[in-house]
Amino acid sequence: MYERTKAAKVKFFLLFGAPALAVFIAVVLIPFFYGLYLTFTNWDGVSAAHEFVFFDNFVKAFTDVGFWNSLWLTVKYVLFSVLLINLVAFLLAYLLTSGIKGQNFFRSAFFTPNLIGGIILGFIWNFVFQRAFVSIGKTLGWSLFAESWLSDPAKAFWAMVIVTVWQYSGYMMIIYVAGFMSVPKDLIEAASIDGCTGFQTTRHVVMPLMAGSFVICLFLSLQRCFMVYDVNLSLTDGGPYGATRMAAMHVYQKAFISREYGMGQAEALLLFAVVLIIVLAQIYLGKRREVDA
Amino acid sequence: MEGIVGGRKKKVWSVFKIALLAVLLAGYMIPFILVLINAFKRSGTIIRNPLRVMDPNGITLDNFKKAYESMDFPRAFFNSLLITVVSVAIIILISSMTAYLFVRASWKINGIFFALMVAAMIIPFQVLMIPIVSIYGGALGLLDHKATLIFFNVGFGISMATFIYHGFIKGNVPISLEEAAMLDGCTRRQTFFKIVFPILKPVTATIIVLDVLWVWNDYLLPSLVLTSKNNFTLPLSTYSFYGTYSVDYGALMAALVLTVIPVIILYLFLQRQIISGVISGAVKS
Repeated sequence: MYERTKAAKVKFFLLFGAPALAVFIAVVLIPFFYGLYLTFTNWDGVSAAHEFVFFDNFVKAFTDVGFWNSLWLTVKYVLFSVLLINLVAFLLAYLLTSGIKGQNFFRSAFFTPNLIGGIILGFIWNFVFQRAFVSIGKTLGWSLFAESWLSDPAKAFWAMVIVTVWQYSGYMMIIYVAGFMSVPKDLIEAASIDGCTGFQTTRHVVMPLMAGSFVICLFLSLQRCFMVYDVNLSLTDGGPYGATRMAAMHVYQKAFISREYGMGQAEALLLFAVVLIIVLAQIYLGKRREVDA
Repeated sequence: MEGIVGGRKKKVWSVFKIALLAVLLAGYMIPFILVLINAFKRSGTIIRNPLRVMDPNGITLDNFKKAYESMDFPRAFFNSLLITVVSVAIIILISSMTAYLFVRASWKINGIFFALMVAAMIIPFQVLMIPIVSIYGGALGLLDHKATLIFFNVGFGISMATFIYHGFIKGNVPISLEEAAMLDGCTRRQTFFKIVFPILKPVTATIIVLDVLWVWNDYLLPSLVLTSKNNFTLPLSTYSFYGTYSVDYGALMAALVLTVIPVIILYLFLQRQIISGVISGAVKS
């Protein structure tokens, strides 16, 4: 170790660590613990004074029907979105690692939505659902598109799922492509010499070796879908009649529109707890299935 | 004989795959194409037929003029650029230094802070947004400054960047190189900037890609911090433009095109770096 004296060690720490640690403490640590404290108060965001109300906010959060509705809706949305994202992404990655012409071009093109923010993507699809699809429906006489999907509660939900799958499948595809390419070629050859069909090789040789990619992609897509806000805001704005208001939007409105900060924070923590349990369970289960080549 | 049949089968299969991909790609691109063609049409034509490629009265650029002016595009673009460049530069600088400290000095305090940072990576923004507005808006009155947003961006970006740098330094930076430099009289700081930091280049590229995409496109945090129009970033000014011109479809489409174009141009030049950045970022974290 280059630093021998105590003073030199302190200097090393302050020069290299202090700036980052100070910002980290100010922006992440203090707000996190202050947030825990807020859940025990009835602060409204304006007045200087607030009272200590113990577990009132958690009791209110547990009995807030709106919150549980939005959480249940989010769970359904996450389920469909995560399954479809990974299905589509895996299929794309499979097709784009089989050595066809122009696969780099295809990969770049499918990735494009991920360069653009959720707010803009939601606006783009808002136009597609409200104008373009309705126009197709009228021209061809399809009743499926006769009315805008965004003004029908059930169809607006599927609009959210479709846009989310479109948005993230290119991202997960990139990770699956890397997974496919990390599978040793000689193993695939060995399998085909042993008489495996292409499908059998993929299912029993390639996929187990790609368990790591599945863990990463499921983790990323679960986390992002649970916390969806931007697309929700610009595509449906929670409508029609609050039918697509996801949990993150509910928390936002509870805090910044109803001005019930303590309750909003309590609900944010509950949402976080749900996500944490699901994500940790998924990683634990996924890691057990990992195999080495 | 069998080889020939197998070859033909393979060829049919690969033509099928390309056809399938082409159809999927068309589906992926249609939303972008619809926005692009409608940006050059008059609002009346868009409402009558959004699928028509060209306006019967010829293309118009009025939509772009209107969007450019009402969004205050140059200012929003500059704000986005400034906030992104400064935030990411600070993240790179202080995270790499902190990661280096954590790897080279195995003190208890460093271990504790590193564990806290790794744990913090899983905390979603929604858990921190209410306390942040409450602390920095209420008591300190620091909201609505670009510097405040940069400060928050740095705070949220540090954990992941430090984590990625930490893994790389531990595995790929030989300590003998540093010892040699320090024997030759380099200080710790000189050793870091002259010897270590240049070796970190591939990870630095990864972190730049991930953080630029995140900061440039972020909406929720900036919307809570920046309230006056002069400070708006591109996503904020697009959102507020949508609120005021909600029926002027031509102008709305032009606003979307203007917002998306800078990123697409960058992507055309840096495709490979962006995609490999995303892969290594995902695998490392």
